[in-house]
Amino acid sequence: MSDQSQPTRPTAIRLLLVLLPLAAILGSFVWIASLDPLRSFNNGAPPVESLTVERTILDQTGIQILVRAGGSEAMQIAQVAVDDAYWSFTQNPPGPIARGSAVWVQIPYPWVLGEAHHVALVSNTGTVFGHEIAVAVPTPKATAGQFRMQALVGALVGLLPVALGLMFYPAMRGFGTTGMNFVLALTVGMLAFLLLDMMGEATELAAEAAAMFQGSAMVWLSALASFLLLMAIGRWRGRPEGLALAFYIALGIGLHNFGEGLAIGGAFAAGAAGLGTFLVLGFALHNVTEGIGIAAPMLRIRPPLWSFAALTLLAGGPAVIGIWVGSLAYAPQWSALALAVGAGAILQVMVEVTAYLQRQNSDRLAILFSPAVLGGFLGGIAFMYVTAALIKV
Amino acid sequence: MPADEATKVDPSRRALLVAGLAAAGGAAIAAGTARSQTAPDPMAGHDMSAMSTDPYAAPMSGMAHGNMTTVGRVDHAGNGFDPSSMLTDWYTGTTELLPDGRTLRTFEVSAIDREIEIAPGIVFPAWTFNGRVPGPALRAKEGEKLRIIFRNYGSHPHSMHFHGIHSARMDGVPGAGLIGPGEEFVYEFDAKPFGCHLYHCHALPLKRHMHKGMYGLFVIDPDPARQADPALATVAASRLFGSPENANWQELAMVMNAFDTNFDGGNEVYAVNTVGQAYMNVPIRIDKTRPVRIYLVNVTEFDPINSFHLHANFFDYYDTGTQLTPTLRTVDLIMQCQAQRGILEFSFSDHEDGMYMFHAHQSEFTELGWVGMFDVRGPEA
Repeated sequence: MSDQSQPTRPTAIRLLLVLLPLAAILGSFVWIASLDPLRSFNNGAPPVESLTVERTILDQTGIQILVRAGGSEAMQIAQVAVDDAYWSFTQNPPGPIARGSAVWVQIPYPWVLGEAHHVALVSNTGTVFGHEIAVAVPTPKATAGQFRMQALVGALVGLLPVALGLMFYPAMRGFGTTGMNFVLALTVGMLAFLLLDMMGEATELAAEAAAMFQGSAMVWLSALASFLLLMAIGRWRGRPEGLALAFYIALGIGLHNFGEGLAIGGAFAAGAAGLGTFLVLGFALHNVTEGIGIAAPMLRIRPPLWSFAALTLLAGGPAVIGIWVGSLAYAPQWSALALAVGAGAILQVMVEVTAYLQRQNSDRLAILFSPAVLGGFLGGIAFMYVTAALIKV
Repeated sequence: MPADEATKVDPSRRALLVAGLAAAGGAAIAAGTARSQTAPDPMAGHDMSAMSTDPYAAPMSGMAHGNMTTVGRVDHAGNGFDPSSMLTDWYTGTTELLPDGRTLRTFEVSAIDREIEIAPGIVFPAWTFNGRVPGPALRAKEGEKLRIIFRNYGSHPHSMHFHGIHSARMDGVPGAGLIGPGEEFVYEFDAKPFGCHLYHCHALPLKRHMHKGMYGLFVIDPDPARQADPALATVAASRLFGSPENANWQELAMVMNAFDTNFDGGNEVYAVNTVGQAYMNVPIRIDKTRPVRIYLVNVTEFDPINSFHLHANFFDYYDTGTQLTPTLRTVDLIMQCQAQRGILEFSFSDHEDGMYMFHAHQSEFTELGWVGMFDVRGPEA
């Protein structure tokens, strides 16, 4: 019991023991900075330069881009060429761009509707950073009418299918144990697809972000953090089931639909709005399963009527917000973060629904490989995969 | 269209939602209809009334051609050379009379590594002759004995390879006048044939040594005494630098060049005499009562050809300048491959005063800097 026999040190001594290494760290940083030990490696090479375009806005004043610098030194944009023509531009704020900071570059360029443009930013060392505008369309503006119409689209792809799925609730109440196992496994399968889909999307977006955001690490770690936090919150007072579990599922799905909304809104902003009737029908069909999934853990209880409305709003509403945010042209790292947090939430409900399913049955392990559960799980994945084919363009 | 009108669209249209979305997003669905596999709606994406602000309804403010420009100005003093003064800055060297009565003309040229500003704010690590790009515009007279003392102060082997007639020993290729850093070589040959020529470094890899800036004009003026035909003798006299006949001409030295600032095998900045858009920012003053003669050479790397187009006027063209009669008469555009050169002669005497443009007629080169203006006025205006 050596730790018990250890005498308690006075507070001053303990403070000193913390301050000492801190002072050493500070001192060595100052020493490194003053000594510049890498000086002997200075071979006259130009500094490493990096520019990332995070947002693109096209309007009647031309092209505006939000540019983030990530070089080894502050960077200077010397000239801007659009489609191989040097063009006047204004930078706000002007001057060198410090590492990690972002500036707006406004180019009064008469862009052509529906055509592609290429913006080249030339630094003072002559390095060229290209930015492709695949299809030039005016960036949607934040107006009331705009928001209203986007809300309608959001409702069609988010709220409506969840509500339709929840309408299976009365029918599902009549299910026996096997039927319920099937529905719960179907939900987990659907969530598994969404998890992969979101992580794929998130890492893809994160790759577009500036290097300093460390996209891949950010996505995985924030997904893990969101999973752990939601697990901890969910298990605060026992294991979530019934209505509580339904709300957790709705939250996870809501975050997924937020991501889906971002993608749709982003497609508007990027001019790649391939949203025909066909596509919206695909989204609706794809998301109907989400309603069924939310209903699944409530089959043994009698939830109040308002909870259905609340669940629909929680699961489908974020699609509307996602489209609003996405259409205003967003920076990729924030979308990636939102998707990663959503993926963590999806994983949490997968765990909880599986646990709930196991509790409903006597043999907790064998039930996982019963025909109903395995069939439901694989069926859920297959249904999502097939309907996703309708919405992937 | 206003957002609330979206609901009035004929519901039978397959593109109902598309129309709604167009109103909603203010978005063009031209690509969208194709991607969504519905029949293309001729109006979809073209219904510009759906946009809250129609960019074509009125000219976008400040989006006229005047915005096709680099931003800022080049620090010519910092560069050590100014494209405007370069136009008439001929390097004639020093002369002495040889015992046989001929003139010996001596030039001194050094290779120097130097960072130069080729467009406002864009710095290029150039290899130069005498610290400038293009190198000094050498000018001599047909029949003179030439001596060029070349010193290499650069970090790489360099040479001076003259387009002219000389012995193999003086050719400026490896083994014949190509020298390492810190070395010196003297090129000696006779000035012939007369014409508008060039010199450039012929160290290998040639591409890199060319586009890094190692080139310059090398003009040999014709000797009027060698022309039997009095008419041609007069022409020759007008081309002889410093003669009374030559004094009336406004002679300009122009080198069409370009810079690959990111070394990807394509040029970022095009120009005449190095600085993109230099003669847009400071137009070339032309006295319209006197004729104009341009000594033009193309040294652009990577692009197969370059060209010169004169606005609102035509010129006579002497390819390579080795004849006293024009190769082409009354043209407003000529092409040159790399190292091709020639003399342009024209006059603005009957023109109104004004700004007359000249540029490469590869629009891409023009918009990447190779464009300028002649400010044409009377002598006193």
